[in-house]
Amino acid sequence: MPSWIADYPLLAALLALVGLGAPFGALLGFAAVRFRTEGNPIADEINAILPQTQCGQCGFPGCRPYAEAIAGGEAINKCPPGGESTIQALADLLDVEAPPLDEEHGEEKVKAVAYIREDECIGCTKCIQACPVDAILGAAKQMHTVIASECTGCDLCVEPCPVDCIDMIPQPESLQTWHWHMPAQRSSNLEIIATDATPAERAA
Amino acid sequence: MRRVHDFHGGIHPAENKHQSLQQPIRSAGIPPQLILPLSQHIGAPARAVVAVGERVLKGQLIAEPGGHVSVPLHAPTSGVVSAIEDRPIPHPSGFPAPCIVIDSDQEDRWAPVQGVANYLDCEATELLELIRAAGIAGMGGAGFPTAVKLAGKPGRAVKTLIINGTECEPYITADDSLMRERATDIVEGIAILQHILQPEDILLGLEDNKPEAIAALRAATTGRAIEVVTFPTKYPSGGEKQLIEILTGQQVPSGGLPGDIGIVCQNVGTAVAVRDAICHGRPLLSRITTVTGDAVEAPQNFEVLLGTPMQYLLELAGLHPERCERLVMGGPMMGFTVTTAQAPVVKTTNCILAPTAAELPPPPPAQPCIRCGLCAEACPASLLPQQLFWFAQGKEFEKLEQHNLFDCIECGACSWVCPSHIPLVQYYRASKADILEQRREHTKSEQARQRFEARQARLAQEEEEREAKRAARKAAAEKRAELAAQGGAEDPIQAAIERAKAKKAAQQDGQPVAASVSPEAALRQKLAKAEQRLAQSLASGEDAKIVSALQASVERLKGKLAEAESAETASGAT
Repeated sequence: MPSWIADYPLLAALLALVGLGAPFGALLGFAAVRFRTEGNPIADEINAILPQTQCGQCGFPGCRPYAEAIAGGEAINKCPPGGESTIQALADLLDVEAPPLDEEHGEEKVKAVAYIREDECIGCTKCIQACPVDAILGAAKQMHTVIASECTGCDLCVEPCPVDCIDMIPQPESLQTWHWHMPAQRSSNLEIIATDATPAERAA
Repeated sequence: MRRVHDFHGGIHPAENKHQSLQQPIRSAGIPPQLILPLSQHIGAPARAVVAVGERVLKGQLIAEPGGHVSVPLHAPTSGVVSAIEDRPIPHPSGFPAPCIVIDSDQEDRWAPVQGVANYLDCEATELLELIRAAGIAGMGGAGFPTAVKLAGKPGRAVKTLIINGTECEPYITADDSLMRERATDIVEGIAILQHILQPEDILLGLEDNKPEAIAALRAATTGRAIEVVTFPTKYPSGGEKQLIEILTGQQVPSGGLPGDIGIVCQNVGTAVAVRDAICHGRPLLSRITTVTGDAVEAPQNFEVLLGTPMQYLLELAGLHPERCERLVMGGPMMGFTVTTAQAPVVKTTNCILAPTAAELPPPPPAQPCIRCGLCAEACPASLLPQQLFWFAQGKEFEKLEQHNLFDCIECGACSWVCPSHIPLVQYYRASKADILEQRREHTKSEQARQRFEARQARLAQEEEEREAKRAARKAAAEKRAELAAQGGAEDPIQAAIERAKAKKAAQQDGQPVAASVSPEAALRQKLAKAEQRLAQSLASGEDAKIVSALQASVERLKGKLAEAESAETASGAT
């Protein structure tokens, strides 16, 4: 045997490599089948960052399809409800530069909740069919109402209403939602130089 | 003598405590109107149980707890509820909040109250219920419901009870004056807490800048298992976690509670409130508040009814409005500016500071961070303030959490030492709020996602069902067509004709068909109905035309019936 190896070094090397490669290849192949990941994990992670308003302003029918499109190379700045913070989070996740929000798809607005003017509602159920998260309650010829805590503020119910009785009411800051804000940026102070006079001195 | 430990960092700002200690505690009396916010504590707001116009007595329940972590509210004096509405409250936002407004009648009539004769005979749970019913929330400044804190987690024994008399923040002397003048009340309160918690040690910690209080407490605690521990003055040694480290050398784990290491901390003011509630049955109606600052003539401590407008208190202390630049609730380090003096004193108001512009000048413009590291040396929580500042500016929330932003106690030591005058604490507060908001939004979006997916699933199922029905119908039609194609005799029209023929043959054979009714019986039914209708219309006195028409139809039916009967007898005869 050793002499045979010594006689054909090239063949021996080939055999050794094939002998290593075949079992490891088989192992990898088996692992790929055995531990297959269902779905697209990147799309799941992206979907977790998107605001889930299901508004379709990005041009896709819901957040999940947009997440899948991003995973497939779509631009990350098409989500107005998410705004800058979502773009930033997506950029961090995908390790790309954060572009500004694409104005074509809408602008970042204050979060709003749909409100149905109930005495004007005719009970047509069109808004119920439009609501992506089943946040509107009602039945045919019965007055409808919005479950405010479930409303994502996606605007999708406003368009189908035949009597225009749905308002998007921006949520004002209240005692419950108030929080400390970042201090004002220094930019205004940067202009101060040692020789600047105070307002009182300037007046004098 | 117990060995005291030191904690990392800390600062020594000017104490400014002597101004308000010149006079003993003075009662602030009864203001004409009391404003009681429904949320004076951490947790769910209380729910009002009185109506506008109702007469209330001192100590009467006016709002019940709104949840487990909540406390009730009582009328601090007798009077009439004049309004339940939004009023300005002491809160950094300046937003108004729901309040019960009581117009006092100056009679100060008590509702019947009954203390416990001997608390040693009571179970701990009973006493906790009394403390909860008395509306006691931590008097040190945070306002966490005391009964919830004392109850702790079930199955976890309390090793050490720490009573906090540190009061490390400049200007504030409310606890100091309380300890000087009411040491025996404090000790009684501690004895009740001891009975509830059954701790191994009881430590009463205070800084060495309060010699009178130390002497009074030492005298009051002789012969009791309460150890009065003094330690060098340093801000913020009164912080719960810092005090625990000073007294026991142990650190509360990051993100944990003192209960995790078998320690419960209570403020001295809370101990007095517990004593009043258990021994006398008196709910929490008043507190000691320091009114100080160069803009008031006579800085001093007041025993003030909850709900007293700050304006009233400031006038008692001789406020010079022209000198007062702003109004701060709490001390100069951790307090906040209140937007209006109409805001009332609440359960957590330990100090009202009315400084002049020279005393607390507005901070100079912030300069860039020079990475001097003074803030890291001053931080009592051993954090890295300049790193946190850097991440806060970049809104790098993940990094902030990795650097333990949530261990920051917002004491302000870093801002105080910063040579660039950067308002560091404000950055941390804003970042904490942003992170919490982000978490809230994430749970909300998760909920929206689930609802959306549930809806998608439902729509898909409905569509599937419709599709299945359509397929079934199509299959049936195809089958019929196939049958028709197979043999002409099976033509459906032909089949129907066949069925009709068979039916007719059966009838002719005299076999009664199950479904059909004899014409006679049908006529009888009709007649009965018509007669009923006629009787009805006669009874209700309807129009004569209708009555006559109905009568005619009854006659007609009778005639038809007679005809049918005669036909039947005829057919029967054949």
